[in-house]
Amino acid sequence: MSAEESLVQVRDLVKHFPITQGIVLQRKVGAVQAVDGVSFDVRRGETLGIVGESGCGKSTTARLVMRLLDATAGEIHFEGRDITRLKGAELKAIRREMQMIFQDPYSSLNPRKTVGAAIGQPFAIHGLLEGKAERKRAVQELMETVGLNPEHYNRYPHEFSGGQRQRIGVARALALKPKLLIADEPVSALDVSIQAQVLNLLREMQRELGLTLIFIAHDLSVVRHMCDRVAVMYLGRIVEIGPGDPLYDFPRHPYTGALLSAVPVADPQLRGERRELLSGDVPSPANPPKACRFHTRCPKAQELCSQEDPPLQDKGTGTEAACHFPLAREELAEIGVRSAR
Amino acid sequence: MSGLGDGPLLRVEDLHVEFPTEDGVVHAVDGITYEVARGRTLGIVGESGSGKTVSSLTTLGLTRTQGARVSGRISFEGKDLVTLPDRELRAIRGNEIAMIFQDPLSSLHPFFQVGTQLIEAIRAHRDVSKAAARERAIELLGLVGIPDASRRVCEYPHEFSGGMRQRAMIAMALANEPKLLIADEPTTALDVTVQAQILALLESLQRELGMAIVIITHDLGVVAEMADDIAVMYAGRIVETASAKEMFAGPEHPYTWGLLKSVPSLSASRDVELVPISGQPPSLIRRPSGCHFHPRCPYAQPDHARIDPHLEPVSGNPAHHVACLLQSEQRKRLWAELAKGATPEQAREAVGLPAPETDLARTGA
Repeated sequence: MSAEESLVQVRDLVKHFPITQGIVLQRKVGAVQAVDGVSFDVRRGETLGIVGESGCGKSTTARLVMRLLDATAGEIHFEGRDITRLKGAELKAIRREMQMIFQDPYSSLNPRKTVGAAIGQPFAIHGLLEGKAERKRAVQELMETVGLNPEHYNRYPHEFSGGQRQRIGVARALALKPKLLIADEPVSALDVSIQAQVLNLLREMQRELGLTLIFIAHDLSVVRHMCDRVAVMYLGRIVEIGPGDPLYDFPRHPYTGALLSAVPVADPQLRGERRELLSGDVPSPANPPKACRFHTRCPKAQELCSQEDPPLQDKGTGTEAACHFPLAREELAEIGVRSAR
Repeated sequence: MSGLGDGPLLRVEDLHVEFPTEDGVVHAVDGITYEVARGRTLGIVGESGSGKTVSSLTTLGLTRTQGARVSGRISFEGKDLVTLPDRELRAIRGNEIAMIFQDPLSSLHPFFQVGTQLIEAIRAHRDVSKAAARERAIELLGLVGIPDASRRVCEYPHEFSGGMRQRAMIAMALANEPKLLIADEPTTALDVTVQAQILALLESLQRELGMAIVIITHDLGVVAEMADDIAVMYAGRIVETASAKEMFAGPEHPYTWGLLKSVPSLSASRDVELVPISGQPPSLIRRPSGCHFHPRCPYAQPDHARIDPHLEPVSGNPAHHVACLLQSEQRKRLWAELAKGATPEQAREAVGLPAPETDLARTGA
């Protein structure tokens, strides 16, 4: 893929967090392999979803792309430029182009700052719109865009509900007209009826502003609704990536299949359909299984899976999967992938 | 709701729970009535602050110390749990009625081994030796699917993963073979694959032990999988009850429609727009007049702000109850339109209802 089409290119990204022992003389005794060799592209104007269970490295990946964390190895290109090791003023300049929305709308806003100040903070940081009246006008415009009442400019975060706070987060992220927006579980802390409000807002903003979006969530239905392409992560690696339709209708990696079959469906008619359940828990990322990391829980695992690491490959059905023995169409109904048509 | 035979196991009648606070009285639960039959599963659905948790805490007498004002009846096997003395209630709590909570880490004591906590739960109600209780604890951990139970019984909660902690909580709840298990958001803190394991575990245990379950959740998928009957709560009241099949095939309350329409589905096309419920859940101190849902209801009529609807049987189905002031015919046509993919505004026009007077709900403020 050429650099013109993709806004972000991530290659072999690795992030290991050291585990240390000792209080005075700390020595490294191991590493949590939070992200371990992840490559993907994000095309201009698309929404890339990243799904996976807790501890799979999806948030770490987002923070690496944002340069909130420094990568252990690998490269991140933004608009064709390597930003992996940028520092100082150059890093600050690139940060204008990408913004983030966080999961918890309660802890991601400073309780002592008015909403107007919070949304105007990006302008202050980057020395834009120095005039007081000018900045206020811009902030109120943003508030209007995200469906907040501009008259609430001088209110404090505690005066807003969860859904409204998340709107404040969106307004703040949009202030600098970024090219890339990363939303890390933006709705999981919200009530069901409010979730849809925020999801619709994000979709609307994307359409209007031509944003590129990386959308991180554990809820597979939400990701399907929001994303053009989806990457499924397991223990620090991408196990399957591809456009939403083929990935949900014909998952090839057994882990994707297991995730899909585990989602409870709001239709009592489908009850009792037996589905395959993964046994056990996700292994520790400090000591992940060798070769294919899923082989310890995989219903299809064979000897090869514990010896050779399968590369991410095009499986001919629209998605790329990292699996020696990908799922066949006949197996989908067996494991209870209900979206299969 | 169904539950014939030898009478319901639990019957909650006109239960009110109020908390006096500095800002005013919080009407957490406002006159709810429901039944749970032996061996059946009732799902209580609602958003945060709808009173679903408070109503079940009250069943176990856990709101007594918080200065709550409780009225109404909760009959469990002929005893009224609202007026039962503390001592007698303690004999029921954890014994005949058990509860599992949302957050398994904060429900287990971090200083004590999982086994010790299980033994305590068993010995609180059974006069057995420590050794026998320990045997039982190991058996229970095995029953809920914890591998190598005889070793893990000596471990501390922090050594268990999230899913295993919830299994340990379930083991503790099952220790005395309760007749009723109340599960309050049992899987909300868990990942999907673990959630599927826990739900399957609850179902198989229910089959084996024949206990009744009240499952409280905001996740419509979870109730669709688990519940025989469903009650939808809004602002401290039950607004609709029906069998699970009925509730998903022909929901009657605009709030239920809103919930169903605001969740994306795994199999739906991306082009389908979600229809959020506008506005915010109301304050339980200053509740809206009339039908509590009217400020957020796209079909509200002027008199809905005055008249308080009662839970009444739906025409043609005495087991399906709804508290809504729209006419039955209108509701059926509205849902038919919504099910076809119409927006609430389109459905309202198709049915010929005038738009609500106050549009304050739509400002989002």
